[in-house]
Amino acid sequence: MNLFADAIAWLLSPERLDGAYALPTLLGQHLLYTLIAVLISAAVAVPAGWLIGHTGRGREVAVAISGAARAVPSFGLMVLLVLLLGVLRIPEAAVLTFVLLAIPSLLAGAYTGVEAVDRRVVDAARAMGMTEWQIFRKVEMPLGLPLLVGGLRSATLQVIATVTIAAYVNLGGLGWPIIQGIPLRRFDQVLGGAILVALLALAVDLLLALAQRAAVPTGVRSHPAASRDARAATASA
Amino acid sequence: MTWVLDNLGLILELAGVHLRQSVIAIVLGAVLSLPLGWVAWRYRLVRGPVILLTGLLYTIPSLALLVLMPAVLGYSAISETNLVVALTIYAVAILVRSVADGLDSVDPAVRQSATAMGYGGTRRFWTVDLPLAGPVILAGLRVAAVSTISLATVGILIGVANLGYLFENGLQRRIVAEVLAGVLAVVIIALLVDLLLMLLGRALMPWIRAGAATTSRRARLQIRAAA
Amino acid sequence: MIEFRSVTKQFPDGTVAVEDFSLVLPSHRTTVFVGSSGCGKTTLLRMVNRMVEPTSGDVEIDGESVLDKDPVELRRGIGYVMQNSGLMPHFTVVHNIATVLRLIGRSKREAHERARSLLEVVGLEPDLADRYPSQLSGGQQQRVGVARGLAADPNILLMDEPFGAVDPIVRSELQQELIRLQTELDKTVVFVTHDIDEAFLLGDQVVILDKAARIVQVGSPSEIIENPADDFVAAFIGVDRGRRALRIKETARGRVLVDSEGRTQGSLVEDGV
Repeated sequence: MNLFADAIAWLLSPERLDGAYALPTLLGQHLLYTLIAVLISAAVAVPAGWLIGHTGRGREVAVAISGAARAVPSFGLMVLLVLLLGVLRIPEAAVLTFVLLAIPSLLAGAYTGVEAVDRRVVDAARAMGMTEWQIFRKVEMPLGLPLLVGGLRSATLQVIATVTIAAYVNLGGLGWPIIQGIPLRRFDQVLGGAILVALLALAVDLLLALAQRAAVPTGVRSHPAASRDARAATASA
Repeated sequence: MTWVLDNLGLILELAGVHLRQSVIAIVLGAVLSLPLGWVAWRYRLVRGPVILLTGLLYTIPSLALLVLMPAVLGYSAISETNLVVALTIYAVAILVRSVADGLDSVDPAVRQSATAMGYGGTRRFWTVDLPLAGPVILAGLRVAAVSTISLATVGILIGVANLGYLFENGLQRRIVAEVLAGVLAVVIIALLVDLLLMLLGRALMPWIRAGAATTSRRARLQIRAAA
Repeated sequence: MIEFRSVTKQFPDGTVAVEDFSLVLPSHRTTVFVGSSGCGKTTLLRMVNRMVEPTSGDVEIDGESVLDKDPVELRRGIGYVMQNSGLMPHFTVVHNIATVLRLIGRSKREAHERARSLLEVVGLEPDLADRYPSQLSGGQQQRVGVARGLAADPNILLMDEPFGAVDPIVRSELQQELIRLQTELDKTVVFVTHDIDEAFLLGDQVVILDKAARIVQVGSPSEIIENPADDFVAAFIGVDRGRRALRIKETARGRVLVDSEGRTQGSLVEDGV
């Protein structure tokens, strides 16, 4: 456990607050890149997913994209985009990578959420005289929200993990101490960085898990079957 | 394109290594997940902690896990063992849940009628529960296999070579074709393994295509969610 | 008055659910479409509020074609009650009942007041108002479904096997409740069921349907029982099995009615006694 003591010592050293690679700066970069990428991604994927879920059109395409996207190595995609956009535009290339990686989970969260709504409830809403927009706004969106937040959760964690690797192309972020430390065999620094990244991911995951729970509409909460289906559907999204 | 043709031998060699590392992790993951998933399904008290722990491990970004696990278990971070252990952990995290959800998806009436017919516990598990949980488990296995193959490339960040080597080398030498070849090779291998698993599933579980009658709505939801 | 004029419905997959169907459904009466599953009875019902569009032909309400109306406006003016209540799981009971009123632009306060008063009309305790559908029994959910159908005080109430999913005792309660409601409210009710006894109990006009909504017989329950059109009807309503063929038997305590199996079904009483 000496390794961990060294790592903690490295983390707590006053030098960690100085310079261009100060930990608060790296943390800020990490969070900022994650936030920007997830927001852009959501702006594209969520409306598209809702449309697919509501109309049922384009579902096969969305499923195929989500399936194939899992096969794309995020590290390779990032390196490819950096080379294609040029080394002077690393932040743009990196953000584009993160956005592309976050899209499948958000898309799936949005359309499975709408699709998982009981068709009889939608039918009843239409029979009562709701317009298509009202059906979406009052029925499909609120009932599909937990699955959407589940998709947001997967997407965000995926981006946090990829931002970590992005230190490899000099983007900064909390991956930097790890990537920079490995060739130097500075294991206190490497382990310290890894601890911070793990804590960040766990903290964000916890927050989004709470958000997911809060997103379940009140009347549905006491329904064990419904909440189980919701959980199952987000588990491996 | 010339780069690819000139280096076909290297690509194939790396692909072989990549496949070996991934397959070991997938198989280990599956073998470990079956008993773990069963325990999680059978004993409600254990379920929470098992799902929580694997979930937490799954949440930790790969680069951090590749550093943390050797520090905890005391092996070298710069080794193939490290990469395979990390990949196995991710596979287990996906599969334990699939096994538990799959067993959940078995219609209790079918299970009860099997018991009523006189099936013993172990025999019922292998001949009734497991096959009927098969579709959900298979869906999880396909996800785990594809993710493992694509994730394995991060090995290069800790000095373990596989197709990820093409990313590192391609970036240093600024050869787009090399990186693209690496990405495509990973995607192709992942999709081929996925196809293979799908065909295997069809061969082993012919009733899946026969009709949805034996597959409950919950099971279908879970398959869709995993996909 | 609702009038079907040579209505045909063919679904995109080629199935003909309804073929050349014509019928007048009188106002303030209950018309029951009865037939086995797949006979097109639900399709007929759903063509009244344009949940299903006819392939050819027309459906008129009081002489005006429904096809000339905006489907959304049309549906807001017609009550609809479906089998599994179709309640919004994330709305409270009172919110569910008030939905249509809110859709047609009533204030929230007014809508909720009316919704609460409807609870009593359908025989529910006022303290259920703030519960969610998942906290109610099947029978209670169905009552909420009926209240929701009645909320905007529509002239027409469409009921698609509304009591199909509840147990026999609750179903019989709900049926009696509907009969009571109908005598008070005097709506034009279109009711779909596969249960011939339910059809005879509730219907002023009973329409027995075969495949593709072919009308086998139309009439009041008495007309049909007294004079079944053919063997199909006789078999369907059970007269051929003697279920409705009762005999009078003299006993020491008076006259009773027995069925063909000799089981006593009830006692015979004279009118006015």
